[in-house]
Amino acid sequence: MESAQAANRSTAAPARLKLRRAIGRYWMLYVLLAPLLLYYVIFCYLPMFGIVIAFQDYRATRGVFGSEWVGFKHFAAFFSSEYLWRTVRNTLSISGLGLVFGFPAPILLALMLNELRGGAFKKTVQTITYIPHFISVVVIVSIVMNFVSTKGLINELLALLGAEPIRYASDPSLFYPVYVISGIWQTIGWDSIIFLAALAGVAPELYEAATIDGAKRLRRIWHVTLPGIAPTIALMLILRMGGIMSVGYEKIILMYNPGIYEKADVISTYVFRRGLSDGQYSFAAAVGLFNSVVNFILLLAADRASKRLGQSGLL
Amino acid sequence: MAEDKGAGAKAFRLANALLLSLLAVAAFYPIFYVLVASVSDPVKLYAASKVLLFPQGFSLAAYKIVFTNSWIWRSYLNTLFYVVAGGALSIFVTLLGGYALSRKYLPGRSVFLVIVTITMFFSGGLIPTFIIVNGLGLTDTVFAMILPSAVSTYNLLVMKTFLQGLPDEMEETSRIDGANDFTILWKVMAPLAAPALAVVSLFYIVSIWNSYIAPTIYLRNRDLFPLQVILREILLSGNTNSTNLNLSVSGGNEDYQAYSDAVKYATIVVATVPILCVYPFLQRYFVKGVMLGAIKG
Repeated sequence: MESAQAANRSTAAPARLKLRRAIGRYWMLYVLLAPLLLYYVIFCYLPMFGIVIAFQDYRATRGVFGSEWVGFKHFAAFFSSEYLWRTVRNTLSISGLGLVFGFPAPILLALMLNELRGGAFKKTVQTITYIPHFISVVVIVSIVMNFVSTKGLINELLALLGAEPIRYASDPSLFYPVYVISGIWQTIGWDSIIFLAALAGVAPELYEAATIDGAKRLRRIWHVTLPGIAPTIALMLILRMGGIMSVGYEKIILMYNPGIYEKADVISTYVFRRGLSDGQYSFAAAVGLFNSVVNFILLLAADRASKRLGQSGLL
Repeated sequence: MAEDKGAGAKAFRLANALLLSLLAVAAFYPIFYVLVASVSDPVKLYAASKVLLFPQGFSLAAYKIVFTNSWIWRSYLNTLFYVVAGGALSIFVTLLGGYALSRKYLPGRSVFLVIVTITMFFSGGLIPTFIIVNGLGLTDTVFAMILPSAVSTYNLLVMKTFLQGLPDEMEETSRIDGANDFTILWKVMAPLAAPALAVVSLFYIVSIWNSYIAPTIYLRNRDLFPLQVILREILLSGNTNSTNLNLSVSGGNEDYQAYSDAVKYATIVVATVPILCVYPFLQRYFVKGVMLGAIKG
């Protein structure tokens, strides 16, 4: 097969003939590929083309081709509004807290699980910590809201400790901790899988050498295990840095209310509200495009960083 | 792994196991809480401490209300339909496309891979996607639940990478026997790809089962609502009117509140147990799924 392709390439056949020959020979594979490509064109690339509405005053009745072009009007409106600062700050705060607390959590879990000698206990802990990954965000948020409600579990525990009760629905300062802690609950198990797999790849000889040297457990983890999975950690960290400006709306729109928008409203939820609730398609698309462009730049930067660290890069 | 003995090592192991146990208990408690609350007597539960360790009395009253509610039933059946039809379509397209993309000799392959991979890093975004789906006339049809998210690039790359890793001889032998691409995929590759199919199916099924954004955006007709949208109404909006939950109880306002709470717990159990039943059987494939998705190209 490879040689046939090479032969094809070496003959200086005109491009059209080459194409026809390829289709003739591989038409079945192209048939298999067709539904997939159709999907990507319709549901991924048409919407990318649809981004042009960010530079229009889009009216559904006139469509993309008939709507008036307004240049950067919507971008200017967003950049000069108070919402720019609020949504960017909230997005970065939530990502930042997720990075500081949410990122190390699955690594720690993986390290701890790795110290077990296998068996039923290890499997039970893994099974339990994977569960929240499979539970819908509607259910997750409803359980969390139940626990933090005025008469909920958390307030009862706080009362036992003699502490002041919390008022989640009207106290914006509670949003970050509730969002981040519930996020750790949701992801710690599933995210540990990749680190566990990396840990399984650390050569046992290294451990033995370290043990013979009399290295204590914690020192061994520090000097042997962590360096062994450092490439995986670096890669995941870089990926995470690339996504620092993207916080999804799925969970937040279930968790917030106008009383706590001050802390809870992020770029994506703002796009969701202005676009789908208020019907300001063009403005919302402009805000969304701004976010996508920033994300893309961050991702390129992350890719660069990854290559500089001697990794293969993300792209 | 090397066994080191001595008091220090023993203490370390003990502390580690203890911490992990605490963590597992903390992670499981919310789920346990819902289970216990759902079979408790609603009125007793309402009066009891929120730090639940045992059921408060025993009653299936909440389940009775849930199972006799026509909106929950209808949305349940809708979700099952979306999972079966949407899942089948997703798996079909992913297997076929993944196979074609896994053939290194396919002319144009690198271009197709770029087309696919770009979408992981850049998308039209919420509003333009909404406008396209709307413009295609999919709003308020079952297709809005099936088509816009039919393919996940992550799942596609899992499938492609797995098929690419199968030995070339399998294909070559069949080709000598005169098999074409369709037969090779169907008779040889698909059976060998069972682990990848299992993982990818699970990922698709879970995401369709749990999806609530697409129906919220695209569906207005209540008859098409999947379970998650009805769940959201019951659990988070506290809106039991539009779902006609029959909470007519003899007592006063307190009893009404008690039953409304209990119904929430029972609804969560009914909506979540099926998906949790699937996953332990596929757990052994998780590592493979996660690792294949993490490898690029």
